[in-house]
Amino acid sequence: MNDQTLFSIFFSAMVVNNFTLAMFLGLCPFMGVSARVETALRMGLANIFVLVLTALSVWVLNTYILETVPYLRIISFIIVIASLVQIVEMAVKKLSPTLFRQLGIFLPLMTTNCAILGLAIFQTNRGYGFLQGLTFAVGAGLGLTLALVLMASIRESLEFSDIPGIAKGTGLVLIIAGILSLAFMGFAGLL
Amino acid sequence: MRTTTPSQDFIRGIWDENPVLVQMLGLCPALAVTNSVKNALAMSAATFFVICCSSVLVSSCKRFIPNEVRISAYILVIATFVTLADMLLQAYAPVQHKELGAFMALIVVNCMILGRQEAFASKNNPFRSLLDAVGTGIGFTIALLMMGGFREILGTGAFLEYSLFGPNFEPWVIMVLPAGGFLTLGFILLAMGYAEHRKKANEIVNEQVKTAL
Repeated sequence: MNDQTLFSIFFSAMVVNNFTLAMFLGLCPFMGVSARVETALRMGLANIFVLVLTALSVWVLNTYILETVPYLRIISFIIVIASLVQIVEMAVKKLSPTLFRQLGIFLPLMTTNCAILGLAIFQTNRGYGFLQGLTFAVGAGLGLTLALVLMASIRESLEFSDIPGIAKGTGLVLIIAGILSLAFMGFAGLL
Repeated sequence: MRTTTPSQDFIRGIWDENPVLVQMLGLCPALAVTNSVKNALAMSAATFFVICCSSVLVSSCKRFIPNEVRISAYILVIATFVTLADMLLQAYAPVQHKELGAFMALIVVNCMILGRQEAFASKNNPFRSLLDAVGTGIGFTIALLMMGGFREILGTGAFLEYSLFGPNFEPWVIMVLPAGGFLTLGFILLAMGYAEHRKKANEIVNEQVKTAL
């Protein structure tokens, strides 16, 4: 068991050890969906939802099943995440077809998002309990959303500036991400 | 339908379609574990093992995998080999295993591996799939070693922990921190963009010279 306070878990996951900018998790949506603030925000919210569901199911798996078969950990996590994403996809399609259309391909792609599996593995390695795991998931999700929205707003305003031809595309995004990551290092002394 | 030769399958992944530098796949491990050459090597070796084994298995079993559940089947095959690699590394190189930590398990969600299964191994015979996997694996290793080399030399003034510049070198600490990963890859991509730009400009000039003559 781990005896970190809930606040420190939340704050650490959200800014100090931000999933995207300090731990390089969830880079695919970070590069792919960060061109518009609105889509970035929606993607972030969908991520929070799946992260919370994953944290709950991983807690159940860890407490009741994986005690006896630790070597099945990676395989069982990935199966649970894949089925979870499938269920969420069906639910969203049924309940809100508009949202389903807006999220498009990025909803099914969430299965191979490292942030989700990363959360499951960190939660297990650090021995978080039920509430701690839940707080960790919400904090990590908010951190992802924060990074996505920041990146999207920078890219939106870059659209009308004069960029040298060789810097167009991923190279520039990566350098901006590097500068953002430098800024987030300023939080490192807080905890 | 396709007209590539086996040697093209092999060469393609190494540089022209380098998974990290050109296709932008598998960025998470490329950025996260390249703060030293040693970690980069361990990560490349593990990924190499996983991509080769799963490519061969997927292409030998392609007849038995129904089309509707193929992605889940590939993920399961990959997860099995990642578990194996994880246990092997833990047994033979426990220090490296600890350094890589969660990123060892995260090889499962490396899009590069799943991408090769879907794009190549599911349509070709085991031998050519193996060639393709080895090529892609070498390309991944080159990219990781390049990043790891830059970051370790600039960040600590050493290569594989041998000091290069003597005690007077002031290390660029930023390079071994997370921000350094983003900046290194960003600058490598800018340099590649510049090289591409120069090549095109040269071709245009050559064209013009030819027509003038």
